[in-house]
Amino acid sequence: ADIISTVEFNYSGDLLATGDKGGRVVIFQREQENKSRPFSRGEYNVYSTFQSHEPEFDYLKSLEIEEKINKIRWLPQQNAAHFLLSTNDKTIKLWKISERDKRAEGYNLKDEDGRLRDPVRIKELRVPTLKPMDLMVEASPRRIFANAHTYHINSISVNSDYATYLSADDLRINLWHLEITNRSFNIVDIKPANMEELTEVITAAEFHPQQCNVFVYSSSKGTIRLCDMRSSALCDRHSKFFEEPEDPSSRSFFSEIISSISDVKFSHNGRYMMTRDYLSVKVWDLNMENRPVETYQVHEYLRSKLCSLYENDCIFDKFECCWNGPDSTIMTGSYNNFFRMFDRNTRRDTTLEASRESSKSRAVLKPRKVCTGGKRKKDEISVDSLDFNKKILHTAWHPTENFIAVAATNNLYLFQDKVN
Amino acid sequence: MFVRGLKRKCFDGEEDIEGTLAGIKAIPSYNLQRQSLLDMSLVKLQLCHMLVEPNLCRSVLIANTVRQIQEEMTQDGTWQMINTQSTGQASLDRLVSTDILCRSSREQAEEKHVPSYGTFNKDFDGDQGQDSSETMSTASSVQAPRNLQGNVWEMENPQENKGNFQKSLDQIFETLENKSPNSVEDLFSEVDNSYYDLDTMLTGMMSNTKMGHCDGLETFSSPTNTASNSNCKSDLNELDHIVEILVES
Repeated sequence: ADIISTVEFNYSGDLLATGDKGGRVVIFQREQENKSRPFSRGEYNVYSTFQSHEPEFDYLKSLEIEEKINKIRWLPQQNAAHFLLSTNDKTIKLWKISERDKRAEGYNLKDEDGRLRDPVRIKELRVPTLKPMDLMVEASPRRIFANAHTYHINSISVNSDYATYLSADDLRINLWHLEITNRSFNIVDIKPANMEELTEVITAAEFHPQQCNVFVYSSSKGTIRLCDMRSSALCDRHSKFFEEPEDPSSRSFFSEIISSISDVKFSHNGRYMMTRDYLSVKVWDLNMENRPVETYQVHEYLRSKLCSLYENDCIFDKFECCWNGPDSTIMTGSYNNFFRMFDRNTRRDTTLEASRESSKSRAVLKPRKVCTGGKRKKDEISVDSLDFNKKILHTAWHPTENFIAVAATNNLYLFQDKVN
Repeated sequence: MFVRGLKRKCFDGEEDIEGTLAGIKAIPSYNLQRQSLLDMSLVKLQLCHMLVEPNLCRSVLIANTVRQIQEEMTQDGTWQMINTQSTGQASLDRLVSTDILCRSSREQAEEKHVPSYGTFNKDFDGDQGQDSSETMSTASSVQAPRNLQGNVWEMENPQENKGNFQKSLDQIFETLENKSPNSVEDLFSEVDNSYYDLDTMLTGMMSNTKMGHCDGLETFSSPTNTASNSNCKSDLNELDHIVEILVES
């Protein structure tokens, strides 16, 4: 199995899509309620697997284009079929996933095995009938949105109008119409005239969940810009600028790197947004630009290890974050296959581990704790023993229920709230 | 496996040393730590050229870190110190730029003018007999006028790696944009940062690590590790002494 690079529930939560480094998409479907197996509801089984992107070669630059799926975003369901957008570094594709459980039999012009019948031999006409067959799930690419990004695509976001979406790379953001593949509008461009002056890149972007004219994008300098597409066609000038003033006492050479935002997500109610930087998660009120309303430390014990983390490149890891349905809890990943949850109301936080040893089926996860200094208590793990190759970068929360998907390298873990 | 070195005092001033090193080794001076961070960053920038297009965000962040260190070093006056130590094998460009730096150092300090990031040299001379002071000089002309810079950033072929090569931070970005196929040739193997051993850095074996880099870049087989680094000992005290003298003068 390949390294999972993105995880996303659809709008109803019945489907869960994962993308991996090999360009494959695997979709899981939730088991339906079943009286004979009362506990089976809540299990996700493989629904469809398909190869979304293939490796390519850019002959002009003599560079490979990775097939790794950077992001998957579902479209809201409008008919029996499901649609999702998947993207690698350069190309976005719209996939249609449809079921086929019937097939037609009794054709006039061909046999059951497909051979053409001699028209002379046909003496009477019949109406083909539909017969049930084993369920087949087909994925077909319906649109390919290519050649619009010079730099690596880091985000895609479907608009609330369900007709347009944005794609963001390091320096530009483009607006697309889902039906039109040969044209996109550039709405943000931060590329300097002289590339030597480049000091800041776009790291993530997202449309507002309700206001179809509003989107935000985050930068490598720890800032978030909110743009309104009604104000101008090119949104180089922001409507709002979110930045927390730096604490001068904690300034170091690594300050900028750890302030770089790796993910930005609006809350479901559209009043807040959450940003993830290297050591913390911050919740911002859209009406207050000068500082976040809440800050949660994910793994503060790493602050004294930044030098080593810079050396082994871990400091550049891009962690994602997500909200639960009611926007009361937020979740993000860490190292050693740990992931963290913060309850915004009670201010309690939990650290859990996604690993085979601690995740027996139906077993309740034991909270974990990292020992930061002094004597290590039993069951605690010391900072030095953390495995920095086991990182949880991608997590997803079911839109309405307490069901979470956690990607640990090449394994996908699904956890649900303890059912009493 | 996590990189060793967690028990060392970390760079950014954290006083929490968990378990002192065996034998009391001197805590590296701030300047030394800063220098090693600069070196590490430069190597990272250089090595981010592979078959796949390098991560622009990472490159920008590292470049900003380098700029930040340079600015601070310039304000300190340390920048010029290191430059004046470049010797014989330096190219004409370097000498001229160094000269300019020395002359204008006072003005620079007063104006708080941060010179744009010009060329900087890494003296990758593989000669074991190198003076430690020479290998310490990682950076040179900052104020060098653009037309003096002969060399665009180019990665030499492995055979030529022992010679000097200059690179410009600005040109790194250009190169990132229009990748020159030459630079890719040498870098087929997976980047492995483990050879760049921070521990060695912080315990003061500056020049040795540089040697290690050199080897790693040349051969591109399994990167060298601390074993080869411990061959020559840098005479840090002598270096500090020299720096001291220059500061006073």
